[in-house]
Amino acid sequence: MADCFNIKDLDLYYGDFKALKKVNMDIEENKITAFIGPSGCGKSTLLRSLNRMNDLIEGCRIEGSIKLFSEDIYGKDMDVTLLRKRVGMAFQKPNLFPMSVYDNVAYGPRTHGIKGRYELDEIVETSLRNAAIWDEVKDRLKKSALGLSGGQQQRLCIARALAVNPEVILLDEPTSALDPISTGKIEELLMTLVNKYSIIIVTHNMQQATRISDNTAFFLQGEVVEYSNTEKLFSMPENKKTEDYITGRFG
Amino acid sequence: MKKRKVKENFMEGLFFIAAAASIFAVVLICFFLMANGVPAIGKIGLVKFLFGTEWSPSDIPPLYGIASMIVGSLYVTAGAIIIGVPIGLFTAVFLSKICPTKLYKIMKPGVDLLAGIPSVVYGFFGMAAVVPIFGNSIISGCIILGIMILPTIIGISESAIRAVPSEYYEGSVALGAGKYRTLYKVVVPAAKSGILAGIVLGIGRAIGETMAVIMVMGNQARMPVSLLKGARTLTGNIVIEMGYAEGLHREALIATGVVLFVFILIINLSFSALKGRKK
Repeated sequence: MADCFNIKDLDLYYGDFKALKKVNMDIEENKITAFIGPSGCGKSTLLRSLNRMNDLIEGCRIEGSIKLFSEDIYGKDMDVTLLRKRVGMAFQKPNLFPMSVYDNVAYGPRTHGIKGRYELDEIVETSLRNAAIWDEVKDRLKKSALGLSGGQQQRLCIARALAVNPEVILLDEPTSALDPISTGKIEELLMTLVNKYSIIIVTHNMQQATRISDNTAFFLQGEVVEYSNTEKLFSMPENKKTEDYITGRFG
Repeated sequence: MKKRKVKENFMEGLFFIAAAASIFAVVLICFFLMANGVPAIGKIGLVKFLFGTEWSPSDIPPLYGIASMIVGSLYVTAGAIIIGVPIGLFTAVFLSKICPTKLYKIMKPGVDLLAGIPSVVYGFFGMAAVVPIFGNSIISGCIILGIMILPTIIGISESAIRAVPSEYYEGSVALGAGKYRTLYKVVVPAAKSGILAGIVLGIGRAIGETMAVIMVMGNQARMPVSLLKGARTLTGNIVIEMGYAEGLHREALIATGVVLFVFILIINLSFSALKGRKK
């Protein structure tokens, strides 16, 4: 099985603060990889380095390398907008734009130069179907996306990310603001999407990691303490700290 | 115990009176204007007053038509908007999203200073810098007013743009959109109602401005003929003639104020409507 990301000796600083320390990780293609750990452990920071969203933060700099299908994403030749097209993202809070459902999904393709109405219609429908929300929104494509429920909005955010045809999808605690039923729907969705995409998810919810992920990385104070097959990590953790965390002794 | 209660009531009353004072002032102004202006409109005739193109108080019989001044005010306000809105909007986007912090610390007080300059000083500036090029004309008035409304438009638009959740920005960037596409397609449209509110307030400021406009516009009481020729505004009409007007002439000037007041009322109502829509 090939890797989508190869992270090598990654250090990340916010000004003087070292947020990630010597992270080494190979993330498998077409798998769900979960990042777990207590707040402030660096898991979201690492996620945001994978599509260079950290570039938006002043004073953030990295050392080491991250390769996406063996291409250095911090290299000189890397076009950041193209990288973000290849590596899509959904956030903790649904962040749909104050536009119609259709325009939200069509925003990405339009950004990347697709203008034809027919083509856009098709992309929008396919993305919505793939995100398992087509039936719920097909009659209100022209209405504001902000009128949907939280869970629907989050699935629409995923549809929006799918519309630019990414290779990897990053999810930053996508269900932490949702009720259990909506959470279940998102998890189900991710399990089907993983056949076509590589998925990396940051989660606070360890049950969620065990339910859906193939591999899990446990972060603590900017370091990857343990990274292995999810089943193994939760049943026979090698590191004492991992064991303490997953058994609920801290965090 | 009782003493404390009295003190509480007293303070409550004090706050209420303070709050009521401004409302009282509005009511008083409204009453004064209507009482003095409306009878004149009745005497002149509403249609003759609003749509009459001749303003000649010294003729026999005198003619009191303010249509040319209404058109003058609309022209100069529209011109100010055409000049002021694009500059103001671009400045607001620059200040809120592009400008480095160090530059902001210089630019923001500069913009605020623009708001604090007395209008007679704008008038001087216009006489010295704009009139030599464009003459005493509508276009000179537009340019000066366009500058004068900048602080209003910039201030309100900037806070509207800053109020757009950063999640929108992130969401767009995460889809591979560049900074300027994100600003143009997502952030500014999301701030639309706030920006419109700023523009409406700018219109209010422009239509009510008096001194600077008089100093650069020539003030001929006739139907505007060309952007490069002079014209008179509603406010200019009042200020220029009030000093010596008597009888019906004076009342007609106050009636001009009534028309102005109605304009401002409409503008403020649309401002509140725009603000209300944001929620």
